[in-house]
Amino acid sequence: MPAIKSLDDLKRIREEALEKRKLKTTEGKAQIIVAMGTCGIAAGARDTMKAILEVIEKDSLQDILVSQTGCIGLCEKEPIVQVVVGEQPKITYGKVTPEIARQIMKDHIVAGKPVQNHIIQV
Amino acid sequence: MRELSLHILDIVQNSISAGATVIEICILENEKLDLLQLKIIDNGKGMDAELLSKVTDPFTTSRTTRKVGLGIPLLKEAAEACNGSLRLDSQPGKGTEINISFQLSHIDRMPMGDLTTTLLCLIPQNPLIDFIFRYQVNENIYHVDTRVIKRELQDVPISDPVVIKYLRESISEGITGLYQ
Repeated sequence: MPAIKSLDDLKRIREEALEKRKLKTTEGKAQIIVAMGTCGIAAGARDTMKAILEVIEKDSLQDILVSQTGCIGLCEKEPIVQVVVGEQPKITYGKVTPEIARQIMKDHIVAGKPVQNHIIQV
Repeated sequence: MRELSLHILDIVQNSISAGATVIEICILENEKLDLLQLKIIDNGKGMDAELLSKVTDPFTTSRTTRKVGLGIPLLKEAAEACNGSLRLDSQPGKGTEINISFQLSHIDRMPMGDLTTTLLCLIPQNPLIDFIFRYQVNENIYHVDTRVIKRELQDVPISDPVVIKYLRESISEGITGLYQ
């Protein structure tokens, strides 16, 4: 009966994570909020979230808080992703496909330039 | 929703909104009994008898942005279309348990889908919530308890990129192993 991998694996993972953290410098915290209400999930929010997590993992981005929220009332614009970088005001993106999510990660999160043509007014 | 794993993601959002700190997701697939059973148990704020009786109605919702909440009604319909059923038990202040069953081999029974991604959309994003995941396929059982993981990780958060990668690989492997 395969339980979760052995505790030794977890110890190794912990060491690896601590090592990587030592090498990275904090570039300013960012928060990414993906709407996961029923409307969001039906529109594909899970794949959007998956794309965001993949970028974080591939590029070892630290200090990004990814969280979820419920329906914010703009169901026709789902999947919706909100981004807060440092002290800047929250920016809301609509109809965020995995492709657009990757673009947001590259342009907004890493390079600091919001992706204007996908921003929606809340 | 085209996958059961998306329904699971949806229902667990309810548990999170209810303030649960421990959420248990149990799946049972049994070919001999021709049964697929889903159970989600949380220790959130629960529902009183009145709300409980209305919650399968699409026009009942805790949302303030819309008057419609389709998560539970759609799942109930999906179950009933497969000779199954949906049952809810809840106690205010204690928690809620949802029990959904399907005829495993029913032609309309939607696939389980990508459970690994569903769990990856839940575990790292809710570091203060403990998830217990138990997936049994006939005689094989795969079990994940984030309390065990967090205890070993100590100061490293469960949302660390290295941990997310580990979770993705080990959960995917564990689930695939159930079908061997």
